[in-house]
Amino acid sequence: MSATGKLIELDHGTGGGMSQELIGELIAPRLGEVHHGRMEDSAVLGIESSRIAVTTDSFVVDPIFFGNGDIGKLAVCGTVNDLAVSGAMPRFLTLALVLEEGFPIADLERILDSVREAASVAEVTIVAGDTKVVRGGEIDKIFINTTGIGELHRDHELGMAHVTPGDAVIVTSWLGNHSIHILSIREGLGFEERIPSDCAPLDGLVWNLLEEHPELVHCMRDVTRGGLGTVLNEVADGAGVSVAIDHERLPIQRETAMAADMLGVNPLYLANEGCLCLFVDGDAAAEIVETVRLQPHGHAAEIVGSVVERRESAVSMRQSDGTEATVEVLYGAELPRLC
Amino acid sequence: MFETRRYQIRGIVQGVGFRPFVWRTAARHALGGWVRNDSDGVVLEVQGHEEALEAFIMEVRTSAPALARIDSVALLEQRSIEVVVEAFEIQLSAQGERAQTLVSADTRVCDECLAEMLDPADRRYRYPFINCTNCGPRYSIIEGVPYDRAMTTMSVFPMCAECSEEYHDVCDRRFHAQPVACWKCGPRVELWDSRRGRLETTQPVRDAVVLLRAGAIVAVKGIGGYHLMVDARNEDAVAELRRRKRREEKPFAVMSPTLAAMRNYARMEECEAELLSSLARPIVLVAKLDSAQAPAELAPSVAPGNRRYGAMLAYAPLHHLLFEGELDTLVATSGNVSDEPIAFTNQDALERLAGIADAFLINNRDIYTRVDDSIVRAVSVGGRTEVSPLRRARGYTPVPVNAPFEMPQVLAVGAELKNTICMSRGEELFLSHHIGDLKNDATRRSFEHAIGHLAKLLEVNPQVVAHDMHPGYMSTRFAREQRQLPTVEVQHHHAHMAACMCEHGLNEPVMGVIFDGTGYGIDGNIWGGEWLIGDYSGFERAGQLEYFRLPGGDKAVEQPFRVALSLLAQAHGELGELTGVPVVAARSEQERHVLARMVEAGISSPLTSSMGRLFDGVSALLGVREHCHYEAQAAIELEQLIEPGTRAEPLEWALHSDEQPLRIDARPMVRELAGLVARGGAKAAELSLRFHCTVVEMVRVTCMEIARRTGLRKVVLSGGVWQNEWLLRGAHETLEQAGFQVHTHRLVPANDGGVALGQAAVAGWRAR
Repeated sequence: MSATGKLIELDHGTGGGMSQELIGELIAPRLGEVHHGRMEDSAVLGIESSRIAVTTDSFVVDPIFFGNGDIGKLAVCGTVNDLAVSGAMPRFLTLALVLEEGFPIADLERILDSVREAASVAEVTIVAGDTKVVRGGEIDKIFINTTGIGELHRDHELGMAHVTPGDAVIVTSWLGNHSIHILSIREGLGFEERIPSDCAPLDGLVWNLLEEHPELVHCMRDVTRGGLGTVLNEVADGAGVSVAIDHERLPIQRETAMAADMLGVNPLYLANEGCLCLFVDGDAAAEIVETVRLQPHGHAAEIVGSVVERRESAVSMRQSDGTEATVEVLYGAELPRLC
Repeated sequence: MFETRRYQIRGIVQGVGFRPFVWRTAARHALGGWVRNDSDGVVLEVQGHEEALEAFIMEVRTSAPALARIDSVALLEQRSIEVVVEAFEIQLSAQGERAQTLVSADTRVCDECLAEMLDPADRRYRYPFINCTNCGPRYSIIEGVPYDRAMTTMSVFPMCAECSEEYHDVCDRRFHAQPVACWKCGPRVELWDSRRGRLETTQPVRDAVVLLRAGAIVAVKGIGGYHLMVDARNEDAVAELRRRKRREEKPFAVMSPTLAAMRNYARMEECEAELLSSLARPIVLVAKLDSAQAPAELAPSVAPGNRRYGAMLAYAPLHHLLFEGELDTLVATSGNVSDEPIAFTNQDALERLAGIADAFLINNRDIYTRVDDSIVRAVSVGGRTEVSPLRRARGYTPVPVNAPFEMPQVLAVGAELKNTICMSRGEELFLSHHIGDLKNDATRRSFEHAIGHLAKLLEVNPQVVAHDMHPGYMSTRFAREQRQLPTVEVQHHHAHMAACMCEHGLNEPVMGVIFDGTGYGIDGNIWGGEWLIGDYSGFERAGQLEYFRLPGGDKAVEQPFRVALSLLAQAHGELGELTGVPVVAARSEQERHVLARMVEAGISSPLTSSMGRLFDGVSALLGVREHCHYEAQAAIELEQLIEPGTRAEPLEWALHSDEQPLRIDARPMVRELAGLVARGGAKAAELSLRFHCTVVEMVRVTCMEIARRTGLRKVVLSGGVWQNEWLLRGAHETLEQAGFQVHTHRLVPANDGGVALGQAAVAGWRAR
């Protein structure tokens, strides 16, 4: 079923003949070898470990196509990364699409191509899916949900409960690039050429890190909505500790800092799509950050601070003038639909 | 002929030498009877001839001791008697009776104590902690009530025999003076070096003076906290202090020992001289004498770019000792680094100020509550002089403001910047000392301490907590997170209006012209140019400055050029043709494009009606200031350009009277200014004056329109923008001439330091 110039129609979502055609002759073939669906009501999977990790995310980014990626790539990487930071090896994804009537099929094909490529790199298969179509105006073009399943092979437990005073805090990539990139394209600001999105699958990075330094990584978090500031507050509260970071050490690309400054937004709260926050054993931090820097997408990694005993401020930051400021929980959502 | 009378006296009548005063006055009129403290203040009974009794009570009313404040004298009982007792005695308070005292504010050292300190024959010669019932520290050293040595930080210094004798002698000026002390039994001063610790010396104060004269920076522990001091005539020293304190341009306060010394560099009106010499000895904004007129100018770095100095007279005995020699004026700025609260404990000062001070003049009389210096100015309006407080702390706290109605016990937590809190008791509203900007842990701790401490001192248990509507304010979160008490939200500008109403005892609907930099509005936008009508029960927005966008939100406060560009984009539709305007030309093309897009699409650009931001924007537009190094710098420098007393033609603007609320449209004014600036020729000072005149016109015309619709003729002016002296005077006079009765702040600041008072009044009214 070739479809240049053709548009999605309501009937594509009813489950009847046109739906079958869409899935069987467009979606499945386009996904190719990353798709292993049998068209049963459920996918039945064999897993090798005794424990699994599960996560789900919905993607509503606007614009759906951006400089170095699109909503399809985001949908795969976002979920893969959430699995990876739990220490799991990502194996399976579901793919649920909600399409707006009138959505160009050629755009759907481009997005599916991206899904296929991203899934292939992350070595995950798409085992189940769903496609719905709604009337024009009821959603904006395309929304995607992916649910991911990963296998946990290691005994070593990760999580907020394992974060203790003395731990070092590492950020694996430049902060804020994805948000500035998306905002720039959406609003015609002109930063997007110099500031690409950082959307990327990080399961490889995580795997290698845990292989090199088993036991020394206590907790990992994907830095997405709400940015690093939100992650640090959540972990501080969840672990009953405080976190102290140093503004000078935060990895922020110069152009991003300038753009954020112009926009009056704080990179601490901007969403990333290819950046992790690691809480690791304090003594091993220097070694660990070196390991990360050798991994794909980790070359800009920095040790940004440390975990301390709980005090009044959950998260505090040493500013450039030497004074301490509290990093508050973010109030109000100013910048919508970034992921 | 003979009568016996019983009186109840209320007010600040405890801990101020009142009973000995009554005793001496009764003795002078040969009356018998007694006087004692009770839970309402002072109660007394006098017996004697009717005439003598009249003379007695007249003298009590009019000649009370310096620190006393009589709120009421009530005659409880009066009857004729045959025989009178001869003796008059001071009775002790009944056991277990707890008095609801009004804690006194800290006051300057009195002339008698000063004379004793400088008298080589006096046993307190050069003793820096000298005080008596008429002077000295109070609020800053009190830990709890009732006011007693054991409840102050002097409790660790048992009195020696001589001090104890004075303390128990009714005729002595130190009768029941709780902080009494001397060389034998009291606190001491020490000189410390940042690196080497305590310096061995028998004359730490004289050594400190030597250091100051040599250009060193000395941290000096005063009454409410530490000052950083430096010779105000030594430009290198002042510049070094700026560098170490990271304070680029904000003016430093200065201290001189006498008015005569101050006249070397400033000119004071009579009312300013009175304020300077008052019990509170605040910092007063006085006019700089320029080079031609000043007998001896201060270093240029003391108050750059400002027509005024913030100057105060020496108020602690220690200060007078510092001025004994050749130093005649010192910079006396708060002992802190940028925005932190002033240091007031020795350890904290030694740690935090180690990088700034070369030496420390410390002492071991602990300060329990930090109290900053107060700042006031005198504004002349229509031939009268009015006091306008800018910061209310040392010398004024915790004297209450009386509300025009009684209310249940309320705690109001104030705003975010220049925070103060307020607690009510009956009709009295007690505003705390200035706490500061609530943005770091240290200030937060100070905030929580103030709440607990004030509640303890006043012996109140708040029943309801009033707070601002802004969800991000730390004070709002504090109020909402506590679960024990119900809360009341009070809109920011309504609170400003209520605070001014309260000061003036108004309890009826009025008009409020509330101009400030920022305050959360009911519609979620940032208000600040508001004409409100209402009373304590509620308000209506009768008029507002037309909304404009603030690109970058908080960033626009630091970088007023953003406001200028936003105003220009809004007034002209786009910026492309405005490259003749310097504030536009100075931006890169990308900056112009991004800012214009932000304003157009509302990206990170909240809507605001703020008059404060309008001033900032005009300041940048006229090329006065594009980047601020301290709060309101752009607006302050814009005002400083104007010669006092001048007037000019206002610019064009529009009132949209067919709308609700009325819209005050500044776009024609922005267009006119842009044109004048691009054409060149007009000086910034002239344009600033025309802008100020325009704002006054906006106020006048809008108030008249509102009066036409509502019949209201009383106007209160509140909000931080009214700290602009020219604007305050101009609007006040113009409105009075137009037939309005105008009220401005005299007791609490017009800035956010007064918000808590208004919050308390509104919540108190609702909770009745």
